[in-house]
This record gives sequence, structure tokens and C-alpha cells, in this order.
Amino acid sequence: MNIAVVLRQVPDLIETLEIADDGTRLDYGAARFIVNEWDNHALEQALLLKESEGSSVTVVALDFGEVDNTLYEASAKGADTIVKIPWDSEEPPALRQAAALYAEVLRGIGAELILVGCQSHDELEGPLAPQLAFTLNLPYVGVVRGVQPGDQPGSIRVFKEFPGAVVARMSVRLPALIGVLAAEKAPRYVPVSRIRAAMKSTPIRESQVDVPQAAAPVNVLRLYVPEAPERAEMLDGSAEEVAERICQILAEKGLLR
Amino acid sequence: MSAEDVLVLGETKQGTPTDMTLELAACARQLASQTGGQAVVVLLGPEGKQAATQVADAHRVVVVEDDILATYTPAPYLELLSHLVDQSKPIALLVGSTSVGLDVAPLLAARMNLPIVGGCQKISAENGALKVTASFCAGKMLADVEISATPAVLMLLPGSYRAGGGAAPQVEIIRSPIALDPGPVCFEQMILPAATDVDITQQEVLVAVGRGIQQQDNLALAEELAEALGGAVCATRPIVDQGWLPLTRQVGKSGMTVKPKLYLALGVSGAPEHVEGLKGAGLIIAVNTDPKAPIFETAQYGVVADLLDVVPAITEALKAKTN
Repeated sequence: MNIAVVLRQVPDLIETLEIADDGTRLDYGAARFIVNEWDNHALEQALLLKESEGSSVTVVALDFGEVDNTLYEASAKGADTIVKIPWDSEEPPALRQAAALYAEVLRGIGAELILVGCQSHDELEGPLAPQLAFTLNLPYVGVVRGVQPGDQPGSIRVFKEFPGAVVARMSVRLPALIGVLAAEKAPRYVPVSRIRAAMKSTPIRESQVDVPQAAAPVNVLRLYVPEAPERAEMLDGSAEEVAERICQILAEKGLLR
Repeated sequence: MSAEDVLVLGETKQGTPTDMTLELAACARQLASQTGGQAVVVLLGPEGKQAATQVADAHRVVVVEDDILATYTPAPYLELLSHLVDQSKPIALLVGSTSVGLDVAPLLAARMNLPIVGGCQKISAENGALKVTASFCAGKMLADVEISATPAVLMLLPGSYRAGGGAAPQVEIIRSPIALDPGPVCFEQMILPAATDVDITQQEVLVAVGRGIQQQDNLALAEELAEALGGAVCATRPIVDQGWLPLTRQVGKSGMTVKPKLYLALGVSGAPEHVEGLKGAGLIIAVNTDPKAPIFETAQYGVVADLLDVVPAITEALKAKTN
């Protein structure tokens, strides 16, 4: 089975996010980037299928943020082919523009199964994965926790998560695009030495595509950091002092055993 | 239906509307009062009939029955909703940021080329345009958005509106107006959580761990603290996704809704999806290294510190008190 995975760069939320001067956009130039965690799970799921089924895995990423490192890391983890889509802007493409870009490259790869994170924390216009599925005219199931080979050839089995730790098992005819919430196992760690080796041994394939026009169906008027209406009473002091105060609070509330 | 109406995709669980559905209906009623239309909730499948009258904030509930809607699969939902939106052309379709909503809302927007906004917390109408305040970057950023092209697909974050205040809705039960096909996705089985694990929904004391726990080995610190408090350990989604704790321990939108007397949040940022699951908690104490972490807006007490320093100290202090 040929599997394709989309890996996106997103701002690291551990860092303070900056707003661009016009007040309507994130200042991506000031951001530190990490791989979208759900895409990372999508890659892990693809690699698990490769190990169990002998699939081939192609990773596709937009040339945005620290993408080369991300692609080499994917290669070091086991991806067979790494593909970069040129992108000149400091800002990521709009949702439908992104879908059109990825779709053009993915059509050329001809994957039977495309795995994409089911969401990303900087998506104001909703998740990319279903939009991409529509653009590629593929069936879509998202919020999936685990993908396995199906009973029938040309099918897979997915586990869609619902509230209350309930999971629906579904079969999906291929080709299909699946929005991954979590892989069956935690994303693997790969040592820096193997990433360095991948830099030397694996070429990044550059895929030239026409950049589609960005439509602007929604107009962002203002971006801002939310004001906290009410904050917790903060407990200061050494760890021991804080611990003592917490014990006092619990005792006052009758919550000590 | 008219162009002033607000359409809602509702969901049911065991014959009752979900909390998210009640919130969506409250939001729709408020929005409809500004547009001069009605809040119309659509419930799909056989449970809809039983749940319809409980959606008090709706002016109207339309229950669509068809055998294929007994369990969720994307294609029939998409076909049916596309038809309903196309026929009724409401000002907006409101959908919850749920497992079903995250599939159907973007697919529908893509298929019908409609504007879509995720993470909506506040929605209003003014001079024919929709004004939306949406949360993104895990609640660290808000965006005020204007949408002039309608219908718009708006995905509501849980915890944004309070249900209640409406009278009994008018209920209409119809057969699907179009033939529905299961498509290439087939439902096989609903897998319920194993009964062998701790039921965190019944615990009076919960010690919750988030990314700040850093490594799986550090879970032992939380376990020891939970034991000293007579409670259990639960977690945010990323911890469960790492496979460090089972899905039955996950608190939040896609996990469990808990109501302990004490919720100790350790290294938990407080993303809206997590906070949604602890609305019923009593005392909340949060420990986080980030003084701007949203969890401090939910907690009554907060500590800005590394949990790896504070947690052993709390455990020791508790043991000293109880011995």
C-alpha cells in the first residue's frame, strides 16, 4: 500500500505568540515552529502500517518554518520519500489554498491512503484534512485513533473516537484520506545522529506546483490575547511553603483523608 | 425555513440531546433573535424523536429518520445536511466542535463552497453580516471575524453558551427527503470502555497530569500524590495520545466529564477542550510553569512552579499530616 502523509509546521505554543503590526494576523516571522502534533501521529501511524504491511511512505510538507529538519527527521524515522512544496510567503496559505497546493502534489504521488492530522491549533477556518479530502474527491473520516488493514483487500479499518472513551470501529474503502487524532503507539523518538545520516543519504524532492489564488471568505477584523476575567489566587513561596499552604486549604475544605 | 433562520446540527446520546446540542440551540436562539428568524435544530436518526422535546431553546426541532442514520457515518450526514442547507438557505449552520462536527462541518463547507470558522465562542448578527469571536492556538489567541457571505458554517466550542430559557419546541418528524447511501465508510461496531479501569467520573479526588509531566516515569509522582489524597490520576489528551494512560483516564471534550470535589491540575495548560470536561469540579488547584496558562482562569488556587519540585513536597506534607 502506498501511503502519503502531510506534515505541517505550526507555531510552538510554549513561546509567546506575537501579533503582526496590522493586528489581524499572527506574526509568523517571530514564531518558533514545531511539527503539528496530530500530523506527527499521522506519520507514526503510517510507519506502523509500513512495518506491519510493507507499505511505502511518502511525506509531503510545505516549505514553511523548519521544514527541512522535519523532513529529514521523517526520513530518519522510516519515511521512504520526502517531498517539499515551494512556498515563498512568511505566512502559511489560507485553508483552501493549502488544500489546493497539497492536492496537486498528492495527485502525482497516487497514494491509496493519505494520513493527515485531524486538526492543527492555528486553523481558524476549520481543519485542513476534510477540505483536502474534498479537493481530492476522497472519502474522509476524522478524529481517528488507530488505522489497521481491513478484512477485505483495498480497505482499512479505523477507530473513530467519541466522548466518554467510546470508539467506533469503521471500515473504509480505499483510496481514502483519514484525519488522525492519535496513532496506535506514541510517535517514535529518533536520535540526532540518525537525522544527520538522513541529511546525507536522503534527498528532499522538490515538487513544483502552481500557487492557487487565496480566497478570503472570512475577514479577520482583530486578533488579540484573551483577557482573563478572573484569575486564581496565586500561592507563592518555596515548594515546602506552597505544599503546606495547599494542605491547609484542603484541611479547611474537609478534603484531607 | 427562511434566510433569517439559524440551523443547528444536533447530536444525541442514549436518547437525550448532548450538552453541546443544548449549547448550540441556546446560541442559535440568541442569534435568531437578532436576525428575526427561528432556531431550528436538526436531529438525525432514531434517537432524535425521544430527544427532540428536550432541546428547549430551539423554536423548532426537525427529526430526520432513516435506517442508515442509526449510527454515524460521514456520507449520509453530509448528503442530508447539504440538502437541508441548500433547500433552506439559513444565515448560518451551527455545528459543535465534536467528533461528528469536525468531520461534517468542514466537508459541508468545502462541498458547498461556504465560509467556515472554527473555535467559535461568540456569534452575533449585524446588518446582515455575522460577527464571530473565535478561539485558536489552544485558547491563547482570539480573533474577531466578520462574514458577509451566507450561509456560513460555524463550529462552536463547548462551554461558550449556557442552555435554558426556551419553551418546548415545535417538533417535526420526517423521513429523509433524499435517498441516502452509506458510501465507502461503513460502521462496524461501537467499542465501549473496559470496565476494569478506575472510573474517573466517580472519583472525589483527581490528580490530572498534562504535558508538564514531561516523561512517563514522572507519572509515579502523580500516582503517589493521588494515593496520599485517596484519589486517582487522570490526564489531558496529549498524555493519553502518548499511550502513557488509557483513554478511560482522559478528561475533556473527547474524553470523560468529571465532577470531583478536588481537581489538582499538574502541568495542565487549560485548553478549552480539556476545561470542558471539568465544569462540574469543586476545588481546582493548578500547578504550571507558565504564569499565563489558561488553567489559572479556571482554578481557584494556582502555583507557578515546576510540578516536579512541588508535587513531592505536597505528597510529603500530606503524609506528615496523616501519620
